[in-house]
Amino acid sequence: MENRLIASSSPHIRADESVNKIMRDVVIALLPATLAGVYFFRMGAVKVILAAVIAAVLTEAAIQKICKKPVTINDWSAVVTGLLLAFNVPASAPWWIPVIGSIFAIAIVKQVFGGLGHNFMNPALAARAMLLASWPVQMTAWVKPGVDAVSTATTLGMLKEGTGEVLPSLGDLIIGNVGGCIGETSALLLIIGGIYLVYRGVITPRIPVIYIGTVAVLMLIFGGFDITYMLTHVFAGGLMIGAIYMATDYASSPVTPKGQIIFALGCGILTAVIRKFGGYPEGVSYSILVMNVVAPLIDKYTSPRVFGEVK
Amino acid sequence: MSLLSFRGGVHPPHYKEATERCKVEKAKEPTRVVIPLQQHIGAPCEAVVKVGDKVKVGQKIGEAKAFVCAPVHSSVSGEVKQITKMLAPTGEAQCVVIESDGLNEVHESVKPKGDLANLSAKEIIEIVKEAGIVGMGGATFPTHVKLSVPPDKNVDTIILNGAECEPYLTADHRLMLENPESIVFGLRAMMKGTNVSKAYIGIENNKPDAIESMKNAAKEYNEIEVVGLQTKYPQGAEKQLIYACTKREVPSGGLPMEAGVIVNNVATASAIGNAIKTGMPLIERICTITGKGIKEPKNLLIKVGTSIKEIIEQCGGYNGTPGKLILGGPMMGHAQYTDEICSTKGTSGILVFTPEEARLPEPKACIRCGKCVEICPAFLQPIYVSAYSLNNMYDTAEKYRALDCIECGSCSFICPSKRPLLQSIRVAKREIIAKKRKSK
Repeated sequence: MENRLIASSSPHIRADESVNKIMRDVVIALLPATLAGVYFFRMGAVKVILAAVIAAVLTEAAIQKICKKPVTINDWSAVVTGLLLAFNVPASAPWWIPVIGSIFAIAIVKQVFGGLGHNFMNPALAARAMLLASWPVQMTAWVKPGVDAVSTATTLGMLKEGTGEVLPSLGDLIIGNVGGCIGETSALLLIIGGIYLVYRGVITPRIPVIYIGTVAVLMLIFGGFDITYMLTHVFAGGLMIGAIYMATDYASSPVTPKGQIIFALGCGILTAVIRKFGGYPEGVSYSILVMNVVAPLIDKYTSPRVFGEVK
Repeated sequence: MSLLSFRGGVHPPHYKEATERCKVEKAKEPTRVVIPLQQHIGAPCEAVVKVGDKVKVGQKIGEAKAFVCAPVHSSVSGEVKQITKMLAPTGEAQCVVIESDGLNEVHESVKPKGDLANLSAKEIIEIVKEAGIVGMGGATFPTHVKLSVPPDKNVDTIILNGAECEPYLTADHRLMLENPESIVFGLRAMMKGTNVSKAYIGIENNKPDAIESMKNAAKEYNEIEVVGLQTKYPQGAEKQLIYACTKREVPSGGLPMEAGVIVNNVATASAIGNAIKTGMPLIERICTITGKGIKEPKNLLIKVGTSIKEIIEQCGGYNGTPGKLILGGPMMGHAQYTDEICSTKGTSGILVFTPEEARLPEPKACIRCGKCVEICPAFLQPIYVSAYSLNNMYDTAEKYRALDCIECGSCSFICPSKRPLLQSIRVAKREIIAKKRKSK
């Protein structure tokens, strides 16, 4: 036989899955909420989203070029990071805020630690925390949905401060017709995206369901069994985007099923405690960041029982 | 019908359409056979014929000298031309080359063994051993060893594996449709040989006709239960199949016997049935020849020792340039670098890929998606075992229980980054076992 046969070891077939497909699915899942953000916050949202995504992709390409690594911007992962970061920024922010955030997320949080899969924190969240600490005014200049960009407080802010403003109705909260970050507002569309991700096998419902469930139960208790208070906490702020899209980040969450349960419980408890007793009205990003750091430890102590193993 | 299953596993495409409706045809008589004296794990056989000897069909040509060994027999009548080291599917092995005289004269020792009712357990196991019967699912482990239950072990169940969970393969499927009685007869012989009163025949539910056929053949026997299994890979893996049927877990590092179960392939049962009814030892088997690289995919009854090249020629030859030649299925089969080799008792499939299908994917960085952990049927964490293996940290890989890997390949299959998970875990297993041997 003249031609060469390839003699590799088994298995000889591979699933039709790839990093590109997974990341593209995340972008698809985020699209409805992106469009809603643009609908509610108009040009402000367009500006922030474009700035964040473009900066993220360019930073990734530049660093990989400089380090003489293969450029992998076509795997969509930088797009996801940019988009998630934009979701965490108010529409009124100047264009350089998301740009700095994206550069930080990709250059410092992702590439310094080895690139895709090696970041120990969610890059978009770490960047948000950095931005919030550095430019607190720009990062909390919330506006009401609509063309006029009337400034407002977030729903959780109103709850925390007790300003006496009329809280938005639950209906508005679920649809997203409220003040807040670009992508945090529409709980409904974020959930639809999440269902798409579960359907496509990109994520399991484990982390989002347990995370949101924990917050719901604790808020029910903290609020003296006030259902409206509890539902407001579930649908307002960053819980949906955090639980569905950020806490499920592969690189910075545990891989063992049991570990994911503990991780999600931890996120939920921290979020509820920060919101109720902490200084911030919102607690999702810090909760996830803290749990990101302990994720490797959780993985280590939650090795599954091997088939046939007697412990 | 409620379906039995195990936890974990993957869903590769079936690819069985090409041959699942093809009746088993008898392959052309080979003019020359090359029969390896070692076809399985364990000790090789010793040749009991010399160059120049005349042999007949069913005549023993290799004698088992150790316990974990099964004798081999001539599949043709003719003259022994050579006894030499040659390339066999499992590597180099001593082979007996026989030129057929085309007469297919049957050896005198081949005669019916009488009624099952009159055979004792010991006699049955002796027949199985003398007939050179091995596990025909691919591993070719000597069957009499499995059936010889030590007195301190309590075995109460036999499971016949008709799952055929490997994509592409349809040999067992066709056997269950075309010769179910022989399978049931062989199973009853095994039950008698091991004094077991309960048996399952597990079949994946993508073969409803096979389930029907086996139910029909076993309907007189209440102790034999035909069960539908969820179609999922590796449903036919021994430990997973035992769990699916009995909900028992084989202890880590242990044999199925320790869970009170013996598992055999349906083709093995049929071979036992044949050995008792006609006295003919294991000299031929059904094999699925398929894949995009084959012109006319078929299920053929081929004699042990037939050249793979000749078999492929009978199936219309290669469809364009072949890219990969696999003996067995695509998940666990062995890729060969040449078609100038012979078939063995374990050749359940001959699969040919096009160069396009054979191309190895470029591995990318692990994104820690955890899919390998989610699907591992042995509940390992392939992500970590593999990472430690690739960093030469075999001790840590052992702590992550590399030795419990059943090498089903589900992790490598599912990995979106196309990482060589199983491939690297295999390396770790080999290193760990080598180290253990040395320290002994």
